[in-house]
Amino acid sequence: MSRLSIWIILGVTLTFLIGPFLIVILAGASAGEALSFPPQGLSLKWYAKVFTVESFRASFALSMFLAIFGTLTALLIGIPAAYALNRYDLPWAETIRTIVAAPIIVPGIIVGLALLRYIVVPLNVTITMALFMVHTALVLPYAVRVVSSSLNNLRGDMEEAAVILGCTRFQAFTKVVLPNIRGGILAAFILGFVTSFNEVPASLFLSGPGVRTLPIDMLSYMEITFDPSVAALSAILAFLSVAIVFLAERLLGFSRYV
Amino acid sequence: MSDRFVSLTDLVLSYGSTVAVPNLNLDIHEGELIALLGPSGCGKTTTMRAIAGLLTPTSGSIEIDGRDVTRTPANKRGIGLVFQSYALFPHLSAFENVAFGLRLQKLPDAQVRAKTEAGMATVGLTGFESRKPAEMSGGQQQRLALARSLVMQPKVLLLDEPLSNLDARLRLEMRNELQRVQRDTGVTMVFVTHDQSEALALADRIVLMNDGKIEQLGTARELYAAPETAFAADFMGFENIFHVEGGHLVNGSARLPLGFTTDAPVLAWRPSGVSVGAGPYSGKVRSSSFAGGHREYVLDSPLGEIKADASIETAEVPIGQSIAFDLPQDTARRLMA
Ligand SMILES: Nc1ncnc2c1ncn2[C@@H]1O[C@H](COP(=O)(O)OP(=O)(O)OP(=O)(O)O)[C@@H](O)[C@H]1O
Ligand SMILES: [Mg+2]
Repeated sequence: MSRLSIWIILGVTLTFLIGPFLIVILAGASAGEALSFPPQGLSLKWYAKVFTVESFRASFALSMFLAIFGTLTALLIGIPAAYALNRYDLPWAETIRTIVAAPIIVPGIIVGLALLRYIVVPLNVTITMALFMVHTALVLPYAVRVVSSSLNNLRGDMEEAAVILGCTRFQAFTKVVLPNIRGGILAAFILGFVTSFNEVPASLFLSGPGVRTLPIDMLSYMEITFDPSVAALSAILAFLSVAIVFLAERLLGFSRYV
Repeated sequence: MSDRFVSLTDLVLSYGSTVAVPNLNLDIHEGELIALLGPSGCGKTTTMRAIAGLLTPTSGSIEIDGRDVTRTPANKRGIGLVFQSYALFPHLSAFENVAFGLRLQKLPDAQVRAKTEAGMATVGLTGFESRKPAEMSGGQQQRLALARSLVMQPKVLLLDEPLSNLDARLRLEMRNELQRVQRDTGVTMVFVTHDQSEALALADRIVLMNDGKIEQLGTARELYAAPETAFAADFMGFENIFHVEGGHLVNGSARLPLGFTTDAPVLAWRPSGVSVGAGPYSGKVRSSSFAGGHREYVLDSPLGEIKADASIETAEVPIGQSIAFDLPQDTARRLMA
């Protein structure tokens, strides 16, 4: 391929990747009253306004809660699951792997609907609880995947060595396995956090009065108020995600695990 | 000194439905250095893992120091195991690797420190305390693994192909090191190898294994000079092995009259036991290679391939030319069928 065509492909790709990002940043920095691009003049007032909107604060808190505790719960289930799948000859290993991966494959919208129709309504589960369950389930596949791949790099004989030196199986796990897959666990946490924080389809069905995740709240805000503050908020969130991934890459070599 | 310090009785070891070791009986003496020798897949590692407690026997029993440990978990057997891959803990410093087992025993810190330092000194690793295993050479890692096991003062130290990951020079060095450590500590050592010369050089006694069974058990001298079966002879360097039928050496359909009478069903000669240059037989030189002290010939004879060593004093016979040779009675090793 010629040099020129490579540059063209690269340019188009970057435009599609970074273009929307730039548009959102600039749209949020508009001095006008309505969301538009190009912005009508430049100001930071919409960026400032984001922090004063009451519902954003509540939904941000909920999204943070779901992302942090949903991911932690997924790890709590996912690490032992990955370990068991990796180290023991389980009879239904393939089936278990498929079930664990299901939430990635099944469209979130179906998961949300099913949960609403068959669990939330009949069992009278609170919306927050249902959201928590969905987010945990959605993050679980990533937790198992990423932790599995770092377990694969860890030879089994290390644990046996620990046992021979006097560890119980459990001690061998905490003293030898966990410290050596720390990077993988952190990577899984970040991946899970971002996945949960950005989740829309399933959460769409699971919103109640005053209970909405941030992305859903932004959608409904936009239905009523068409000002640039949503763009400003999007830009802030995008920066946050990039910062987290950048830090993780810097500190841990995150991309090794994904 | 007990002659039955480690005692394996009617041991059956299997993986699921595959039986790896069908029936093993072996007594290991206290303080000896014994080698499990045999080809790949013959059950050496399996046997080790059973002694260590990492593999539960299907049946049979294991006694260590007079105590039945067949059902004792691996962490309560008081045994050391040096893995072929060393299995060092990559997240811990060399010091902490060695101290790992001591810390589990909840010894006071000062004692842990003292024992660890002594252990590292024993294997010549003083000064490497703060290195991570990944920052050490193969030989240093091997010694670290050894120290980690030794500081636990195990009743028995098992080593699974401890030298196979090292280069030739380091291997010799570590051989001496192992012998020295064994002499100094007096620990009973069982080591696995598929290298005949390593077993001969190191071990007090050699257990030659074949297909999960003990083929022959004896001192290095006994095994080297007096292998009893064709398998043992082959392993000990008798490369020319033939059946005897009615005064003839037989190999498949090929037969050659034997120059002497014998009642042995099988005879074997080392390459050095075949005399080249004179004799009743003749073979065509297929290959010839210089091996320092002697020349190694491969001859195509009516009996098939003959390996023969010749003195380098004699002129080299070119490839393709015929040469006379003999399979003399005095260098023949009589084997069981
Ligand atoms: N985990 C396992 N599952 C099933 N069969 C196994 C397993 N490990 C070993 N075996 C079989 O048991 C037999 C003995 O294996 P073992 O590992 O003890 O051989 P070895 O003498 O140590 O060989 P090597 O010199 O190659 O290490 C082999 O036939 C092997 O295929
Ligand atoms: Mg082996």
